[in-house]
Amino acid sequence: MRHIISLLMENESGALSRVAGLFSARGYNIESLNVAPTEDPTLSRMTLVTVGSDEVIEQITKQLNKLIEVVKIVDLSEGDHIERELMLVKVRAIGEDREEIKRLADIFRGSIIDVTDKSYTIELTGTSSKLDAFLETMQRNMILETIRTGASGLGRGERILKE
Amino acid sequence: MSVELTGAEITVRCLQEEGVKYIFGYPGGAVLFIYDELFKQDKVKHILVRHEQAALHAADGYARSSHNVGVALVTSGPGVTNAVTGIATAYMDSIPLVIISGQVPTAAIGQDAFQEVDTVGITRPCVKHNFLVKDVTELASTIKKAFVIASTGRPGPVLVDIPKDVTQQKAVFDYPSSVSMRSYKPVSEGDSQQIKKAAQLILSAKRPMVYSGGGVILDNASEALTELVHLLNFPCTNTLMGLGGYPATDKRFVGMLGMHGTYEANMAMQYCDVLIAVGARFDDRVIGNPKHFYSEERKIIHIDIDPSSISKRVKVDIPIVGSVSEVLNELIKLIKASKEKIDEHALKEWWRQIDSWRERDCLRYDRTSAVIKPQMVVEKLYAVTKGDAFVTSDVGQHQMWAAQFYRFNKPRRWINSGGLGTMGFGLPSAMGAQLANPDGIVACITGEASIQMCIQELSTCKQYSLPLKIINLNNRYMGMVRQWQEFFHGNRYSESYMNALPDFVKLAESYGHVGMKIEKPEDIEGALEEAFKLKERLVFMDFITDQTENVFPMVPGGKGLSEMILV
Ligand SMILES: Cc1cc2nc3c(=O)[nH]c(=O)nc-3n(C[C@H](O)[C@H](O)[C@H](O)COP(=O)(O)OP(=O)(O)OC[C@H]3O[C@@H](n4cnc5c(N)ncnc54)[C@H](O)[C@@H]3O)c2cc1C
Ligand SMILES: Cc1ncc(C[n+]2csc(CCOP(=O)(O)OP(=O)(O)O)c2C)c(N)n1
Ligand SMILES: [Mg+2]
Repeated sequence: MRHIISLLMENESGALSRVAGLFSARGYNIESLNVAPTEDPTLSRMTLVTVGSDEVIEQITKQLNKLIEVVKIVDLSEGDHIERELMLVKVRAIGEDREEIKRLADIFRGSIIDVTDKSYTIELTGTSSKLDAFLETMQRNMILETIRTGASGLGRGERILKE
Repeated sequence: MSVELTGAEITVRCLQEEGVKYIFGYPGGAVLFIYDELFKQDKVKHILVRHEQAALHAADGYARSSHNVGVALVTSGPGVTNAVTGIATAYMDSIPLVIISGQVPTAAIGQDAFQEVDTVGITRPCVKHNFLVKDVTELASTIKKAFVIASTGRPGPVLVDIPKDVTQQKAVFDYPSSVSMRSYKPVSEGDSQQIKKAAQLILSAKRPMVYSGGGVILDNASEALTELVHLLNFPCTNTLMGLGGYPATDKRFVGMLGMHGTYEANMAMQYCDVLIAVGARFDDRVIGNPKHFYSEERKIIHIDIDPSSISKRVKVDIPIVGSVSEVLNELIKLIKASKEKIDEHALKEWWRQIDSWRERDCLRYDRTSAVIKPQMVVEKLYAVTKGDAFVTSDVGQHQMWAAQFYRFNKPRRWINSGGLGTMGFGLPSAMGAQLANPDGIVACITGEASIQMCIQELSTCKQYSLPLKIINLNNRYMGMVRQWQEFFHGNRYSESYMNALPDFVKLAESYGHVGMKIEKPEDIEGALEEAFKLKERLVFMDFITDQTENVFPMVPGGKGLSEMILV
């Protein structure tokens, strides 16, 4: 199953490689990973998307917790949560396609943030599956490039990850 | 006004403040300022090894035999890479070490400078934690953190990498008496509800089994364990790392379990109805294939300080995260106070079953052989040292015979590399054990292949007058490899014969030690007695043993615990 693991860790140079190293050393999957400092500049918050059986996810959270620089960790998928990912897609946009693409972007609540006479760059946020769905509706040969941040998330309501 | 010290001075002062008596190391460019400071003081004594791997093993043997943090000092580049095997060895067995390594100056880092390696990167997967200190004002607190992290929770090696310029820069020295880290707070107290549940389950057991490991030794909990087992009259087995955690001569001890464990320990493990796992991690060499282990229904209580050890390979019913001693003492209190009593009848039946397994006499060997049987050497060593020696070992058949035939009644007497299985560990770790126990008897049981991996340390032993007794079980084979080739590779002894062996007697003598060669069974005891009388000397005893002897019982890889190959 897919899990979104969110962690608070010391904002130190080695911390990220410790997490990444743990995943490769123990053969765990990383689907995506993102990290940036929080409002407290000594802390970073990382979101990791991984897939694995319950046993594997249990080991992953335990092993992450053992890393000295990891302060707190939560498996967001264990409860109500909000998930968002940002994607930028550059597509070929010529002739009548231009209108069609604009309409599609509207349907997905995306916005066109860069325009040339041959292309559009569309910004889209949403759950990862929504972004997948958008890409599926675009014809493959129209997509020039995509970049995705990987999912970020927070627990809903009172579910808070704090030091 | 507080004076400023250089980073090198600070490093040495920190070690003094920690009460470090010995530091095992080897000098080089990046650590020259630290060596200069060591030279100017005499509180911390430096032991000069002949290879950095040995520095780590010696610090490790020191830690294992004394419950102090072992400390090593190596230079950048090759100093560190040579040390990696020793660091990984300590990591796998959860041994508390602090390693100070030199690094190229901060400005040179990343420039492929002379003797530069990414030490933090190379050692990351085999340390509990590591630091690169770029600012001299953080040096003292970092070293403090290193000692705290190494010795608390599940212990392990911690490395502090110090660039050369940092050892020259100055800062006010202020050694913190404690440090708090928001991201590191090991627990030691177990959850009381879980402990209550465990007590109930224990009292309801009909076929109980206590399986204890290295955690008991690491936590100095053998008294608590012994009290609990006596109180309940349960059978108790130890892992290779747990030997000495429960007295081996007690009748409730059923021997070591696992791949080369006793028949009775493995059978009891497989057929018990309540298993109490104490500071042990269900290693693959211990329970064999988890699938086969699952085939029997049983309830498992697991006490371990590291949550990630629990339900890693085997799902357990009552996990208790906490230190062995605290949890066991809590359990003992509850059991003593409980109105419920053990089903004595069932327990008696269970003991009858275990005794019938014992009758298989699974460790028997030919005592009338005309060539020396390695088992006999260990038995005689046990007798001659009255079971009171610190015994280190290398890796191979001799390691298993040492574990099976030297009956350890006390913790921290059995020192071996279980998790990594590092050949070359025996001699240097014995040096550390001897320094930690200057009045103790230290014997290193080794093989002719293993001993050659750190043989250069005979020189260190001479320099510091370490009167070790080296018991070389010389079968002219990498016996453990040969055994696997015999069982699983059609007797094709590919590269496992030890050719061109040195004359170990002459070799020992050339290092200034005493050498002995023993070839007949009837000479074993006399030779040992003679050697142990030479209290001030290192004696290298080369026992020419049966080349064909194998270690039994044996659970072949991938099999279940009850599927042992017996003699
Ligand atoms: C050639 C060879 C053959 C081997 N054959 C066997 C064999 O037949 N049988 C065998 O048993 N082993 C054997 N081994 C060793 C094996 O590989 C493992 O090293 C060993 O079984 C692990 O022992 P352990 O489970 O006690 O764990 P250890 O590695 O000693 O780990 C200790 C456990 O205790 C926990 N702990 C640490 N401190 C505390 C504390 N304060 N409180 C609570 N818990 C704590 C740790 O978290 C960890 O889970 C062999 C090794 C070699 C090289
Ligand atoms: C550094 C290292 N290399 C290889 C091995 C694999 N290995 C395990 S036991 C063994 C043979 C050991 O031979 P010896 O020291 O003579 O002991 P014996 O088994 O004969 O008692 C080998 C090569 C190892 N454990 N460590
Ligand atoms: Mg051999």
